[in-house]
Amino acid sequence: MDKNVDVEGIELELLLSAVYQRFQYDFSSYTRSSLRRRLSQALTDFNYQNFTQLQERVLHDIEFFPKLLNYLTVNTTELFRDPGYFRALKEKVFPYLRTFPSLKIWIAGCSTGEEIISLAILLKEADIKRYIIYATDINPMNLEKASKGIYSQETVRKGTKNYREAGGIASLSEYYEAAYDSVKFDPDLLKNVVFSDHSLATDAVFSETHLISCRNVLIYFERELQDKAFKLFKDSLLHGTFLGIGSKETITFSGIKNDFIVIDSVNKVYQKK
Amino acid sequence: MILREKDFDAIVLGTSAGGIEAIKKILPSLPAKLRIPVLIVIHIAPDGSNLLSEIFSDDTQYSLKEAESGEELREKTIYFAPADYHLSVEKNRTLSLSNEEEVFYSRPSIDVLFESASIAFGKRTLALLCTGANQDGAQGAYKIFQRGGTVIVQDPQDADFPTMPESALALFKPNAVLPLKNIQALLRNL
Repeated sequence: MDKNVDVEGIELELLLSAVYQRFQYDFSSYTRSSLRRRLSQALTDFNYQNFTQLQERVLHDIEFFPKLLNYLTVNTTELFRDPGYFRALKEKVFPYLRTFPSLKIWIAGCSTGEEIISLAILLKEADIKRYIIYATDINPMNLEKASKGIYSQETVRKGTKNYREAGGIASLSEYYEAAYDSVKFDPDLLKNVVFSDHSLATDAVFSETHLISCRNVLIYFERELQDKAFKLFKDSLLHGTFLGIGSKETITFSGIKNDFIVIDSVNKVYQKK
Repeated sequence: MILREKDFDAIVLGTSAGGIEAIKKILPSLPAKLRIPVLIVIHIAPDGSNLLSEIFSDDTQYSLKEAESGEELREKTIYFAPADYHLSVEKNRTLSLSNEEEVFYSRPSIDVLFESASIAFGKRTLALLCTGANQDGAQGAYKIFQRGGTVIVQDPQDADFPTMPESALALFKPNAVLPLKNIQALLRNL
């Protein structure tokens, strides 16, 4: 018997299989190093010794899965994260978008909603009013939080600096009211936002969109699923409309490479031919 | 102690404060015939533009590059974790980036790279942990050690900032604790 067999790796695959069979959440094409790390954190937090114990709990305690889902998804985000990206949207994408009578924007993997608020603020400042933002995520708890528009002071402090660098023309504080240790953003910013549960791994084309923003989602996907998601984006976009991805993501190795032109190579903004 | 290239799939190197100088000493000691890939996490500012490949371009015959999400490990190449992203390696020898939470206030984190290497390469991992002012890397180095890999820690007395090597030594007894000049000598004979 080989004692060097990666038993935890076997347990991880079994856990993912259990999650898929029981809850239809498909993590089979997510990169393992990151999944394993986050699930190891779950072991520590819930005081389990191994993934097999976690698997037993998730199969037999229906209340437990939403908690585990918070470990399976990466929820890191910021207001105006990577300000250069938002500046690129404002300067290079909005001038095209404003020529359409109305817009459909898809924020795929919206997490806890910071990017929605950021984009809604810039649209307002550009006087673009006729739009719908479809904000999707596989984690209902994220959507719930995103729909409230309430964030910590710390989030806003960081966001204020980013907002300036993104080319915001007002003061971020004009868009929220502070209460105790948190702030609530103007509900008007979210009134054109439709939240929905959507998985890039298992669900279909979303709608005919003018802008898709999907940042730091695909880096957690293995190549095949990345390609599938890129194809989904291509099929969802109208001709001449835009795709924005994370600063370390690229369409260069994907099957859609030749269907897009590069608008901003640093900030990863592309236009569909 | 003698290290043989045939026993390893990759070298992983973690360092923080004082790390630029340490890397500048380590890279030139990699022999010209060496082929195994080298993965490096050095703590850099989140908004720092990545000039690491340029900083070290005169120190090695290896190709130097910032790691890209999904790329396959190639021989004779040194990969740096990009600013504000964790770098890890998968069992299928591809690289992954992630923007998960910071570890000991650090992104990239040495622990993240080292833990992933311990799983991907197991005992065929050669890890170097050098100067630094925080405890990132200690846990990861321990995992590599536990899975049979070889861990060399810079002697804290030789390190510009001893906290990082000291944190590892507080957790476990690595394969070797050496000043940089002895680490250089080991690498020259790889």
